[in-house]
Amino acid sequence: MINIFSLITGILISSAAAYLGTLMLSRRMSLVAGPLGHLTLPGIALALIYGFDISLGAFPFVVLGIIIIWLFEMKTKLPMEALTAVVFASGVAIAFLFLPIEQAEEALVGDISKVGFEDMLFTLFLSLLVFAVLRKSYSKIVLINISEDLAKVQGIDVKKYNFIYLASIAVIVALGVKLVGGLLTAAIVAIPAAASRNISKNLSEYSWFAILFGVISCVLGIFASQLFNLPAGVLIILVNAAIFSISSVLKR
Amino acid sequence: MGKGSILEVENLTVKLEGETILENLKFEVREGDVLIILGPNGAGKTVLLRTLLGLLPHEGKIRWKENVKIGYVPQRLPFIKDIPLNVEEFFELKEVTKEKIQKVLLSVGIKDLNILKKKIGDLSSGQFQRMLIAFALVDEPQVLLFDEPTAGIDIGAEQTIYTFLEKLREERNLTILLVTHDLSIVYRFASNCLCLNKKMLCFGQPKRITPQTLAKLYGGKIKIYKHRHD
Repeated sequence: MINIFSLITGILISSAAAYLGTLMLSRRMSLVAGPLGHLTLPGIALALIYGFDISLGAFPFVVLGIIIIWLFEMKTKLPMEALTAVVFASGVAIAFLFLPIEQAEEALVGDISKVGFEDMLFTLFLSLLVFAVLRKSYSKIVLINISEDLAKVQGIDVKKYNFIYLASIAVIVALGVKLVGGLLTAAIVAIPAAASRNISKNLSEYSWFAILFGVISCVLGIFASQLFNLPAGVLIILVNAAIFSISSVLKR
Repeated sequence: MGKGSILEVENLTVKLEGETILENLKFEVREGDVLIILGPNGAGKTVLLRTLLGLLPHEGKIRWKENVKIGYVPQRLPFIKDIPLNVEEFFELKEVTKEKIQKVLLSVGIKDLNILKKKIGDLSSGQFQRMLIAFALVDEPQVLLFDEPTAGIDIGAEQTIYTFLEKLREERNLTILLVTHDLSIVYRFASNCLCLNKKMLCFGQPKRITPQTLAKLYGGKIKIYKHRHD
């Protein structure tokens, strides 16, 4: 029997992640969700050990991660990918300092099956908030992604929208760990957007296809996980990967 | 601020990461002028435009006429082709009406409005350049700052882009600040010319630019072919 709360929660998270992903891809930042996800692992570990919501455990660590990456980038001027490597490995290492190995699976690949009604409401609120905020800021963030100069000349407050953008990333990563765990969060952000870009002719197709792919992968993943008794997080990513492969063949 | 003047710059110095990029510039632009900013690669031309736009920290004075509206045509937009975006959606990022978009495209010589549904990545370089100009013009600025219009456009089209800018200037009563390293257009098009190589090497009417200044500017021997169209 599928837990309807899990299904709804999953759909909310994966669609909001996909929508955010379209903005991250056009800024070449898709992979940033990766290290941030990994960095949440110590937080998830704490949540599992003390029995509170893993998104709550993850959130402060994502925020910390964003600040760390931002500080490192300003200070060292190293490329983002190098910092990413430093930061994510540290997150994983710290988590395994104290996370009991038998609880590692949930931390690493997520567990959506146990979601209850309150969890669902919590996710509903946050993901709709992210949708609403991003929808309102979308065209401004796209212009910033195209050229910060053009955006500034247009009078857009670039710092404000960068903050909105980063805050959305933080929320989505924290929610995402529920669905696919700390290891795989980058995938639910990056893959639907990448698949959508392959086949989209314009911006509205781009967001709608991404959201659609997010939803399809989540629903199929959760059903398949019932069928094969495998973790849903892993299967969601695999369905995503399959969708991406098909989109690559169809690429216009 | 002097009468008829739209921009006054005094003692402008720009330092980026400890390096002096522009030093002690002083010039004035009057309404309806075409100021051509001339100089070799790395002279700080783009930095000057970006500073005038308020995008970079600076020392000294930059005074624009009150409430002046500025349009900016950047040299390149390297990331735009990564985004599935059609021409209409690109203009909509500026939150302008469809009617305005169509009007401005017509005025830059794009008559086939099917272009609106075309992906930006599929435009020819000439179409792309015109679209960028239209994008800068769509909210009807009084001043146009234009970075290297020749970049990415073949010579055939280049001829038209200057005559075309001249036409736009007359129609819209524009003041134009144009960055280039292309000497040939100065005499034809400029009301004033600013020679820049970190320092300001000259400022004035094009006819006052001497071969000596240019040799200093480009650090070598230069032949000038003056085009006459009288």
